[in-house]
Amino acid sequence: MSLLEVGAVDAQYGLLKAVRGVSLSVDEGETRALVGANGAGKTTLLRVIAGAHRPAAGTVFFDGVDITRIPAHKRVALGIALVPEGRRLFPGLTVEENLSIAGGHRPGGGWTVERVLAIFPMLQQRRTQRAATLSGGEQQATAIGRALMCNPRLILLDEVSLGLAPKAVAAVYESLRELIGGGTTVVLVEQDLGRALSVSTRVTCMLHGEVVLEGASSALSREQITAAYFGVRASSGVGADT
Amino acid sequence: MNVLVQGVLLGGFYALLACGLSLMFGVMRIINLAHGDIAVIGAYLVWVLVNQTSMPPWLAALLVLPIMWVAGYVMYVLLLERSRRAGQLVPLLTTFGLAIVIENVLLQIFSPDDHSLLSSTGTLATSSISFGGLTISIFGMLTLATAVVVLIGLQFFLSRTTSGRQMRATAEDPDVAELVGINARAVYAKATAIAVAIAGLGGIFLAIRQTFNPSTGPTQLIFAFEAVVIGGFGSPWGTLLGGIVLGVAQVIGAQVNPQYFVLFGHLVFLAVLASPRGGLLSRRGRTV
Repeated sequence: MSLLEVGAVDAQYGLLKAVRGVSLSVDEGETRALVGANGAGKTTLLRVIAGAHRPAAGTVFFDGVDITRIPAHKRVALGIALVPEGRRLFPGLTVEENLSIAGGHRPGGGWTVERVLAIFPMLQQRRTQRAATLSGGEQQATAIGRALMCNPRLILLDEVSLGLAPKAVAAVYESLRELIGGGTTVVLVEQDLGRALSVSTRVTCMLHGEVVLEGASSALSREQITAAYFGVRASSGVGADT
Repeated sequence: MNVLVQGVLLGGFYALLACGLSLMFGVMRIINLAHGDIAVIGAYLVWVLVNQTSMPPWLAALLVLPIMWVAGYVMYVLLLERSRRAGQLVPLLTTFGLAIVIENVLLQIFSPDDHSLLSSTGTLATSSISFGGLTISIFGMLTLATAVVVLIGLQFFLSRTTSGRQMRATAEDPDVAELVGINARAVYAKATAIAVAIAGLGGIFLAIRQTFNPSTGPTQLIFAFEAVVIGGFGSPWGTLLGGIVLGVAQVIGAQVNPQYFVLFGHLVFLAVLASPRGGLLSRRGRTV
């Protein structure tokens, strides 16, 4: 059975519908890339899964349990962690505090501050510094580390490479590879299509709040994805429109 | 010099009144307009206990603080939680309404007469020590010491305990705090409970140092508010400094003319408000 099951979710900001009837099924251990243009509803979908945004309709099941009405902090205890877009660290807290604050809500899994610092060595000498003083790459590492401290079964990564120097992006993805190898289920939003395809097992493409294409990353061609990305109805695309 | 000492001691009292106000603003961005009235509730509770059961005031104070703590928790869950969800302005109106309700309920129960704990505290409130031409009130010292202990305790709680770190994180970004497993609602309720308990403590000192009646609250709120603004919103040490600056200004004003007691405090408050920096310590330790 799939670990995450999103069923016909609608999500809106006021009158603006950001996500329309999206269904998504992610298996345990899978790495799913979510691609699409800006405003396609990827971030909103992740926020719905994490519980930060309440959907107007639809359901979210996690490990067979209906979590649609469960608040975000309880979903963390169930094993869902989100690395939000723009990193969103607690700027006044130190690196160590940012990490330790996320620990202890879900026992087991074995992530500790020491272990996070071991996979992100660049944070080692920054641990007592306030998060606001870090560079972009260090902040992103801290944000991922903070999510890991939740001991997640499912980690949601929202544009972890945004605004980073290429070198920092490479470092972040290097550490992610380790994480994915460890069996954690990952759903990631990534603008860089090449990177999204190389790191993921399956890819879902969204357009105007709907899923327009889904398939194994190795089976889909770049052209197919690009066409779906910009709304050119590719023949092999799974049309979500009725 | 004596004036300065009196001002500092008075400032300790204002700081004690102000720290709960500062905490609530720092954590939830709620300005609690009922803060002064809540302090007066603390004063009445202790007064009732002391007069009904003739227990010593310190024991009554120990009993009242947990009651205030629970009352704060309930106040958050029943009133502030709902109004906070309705927007930024609504909690302000809620606490304004709460202040009016408290004042009128107190008026119903206790009549508008003045009360005081002065008579039950023996010589504590009136004795002083002389020291090289300085007269230092024992009770003033006790108040200032309490304020400092409370502020150190608050600082320790916020920076060293898990609960305190969660409170700081929630203050900075409640949305993300939820995403790392923190129950923001529970954190807010706890912050309110702490703030109300400290307000109650302030109220007990109020009851010993002066007379009080159901309409004493708003004046205390204004002084507490001025202390918080002078010191810079949301910074514990700023609150102490703000209280002291306010106290010294008032005592100097009274020295010039007894009528200027309150006026000088207001002038300093306005001067700080008008200054480009805002509070004295407002840039450092921005949240809480």
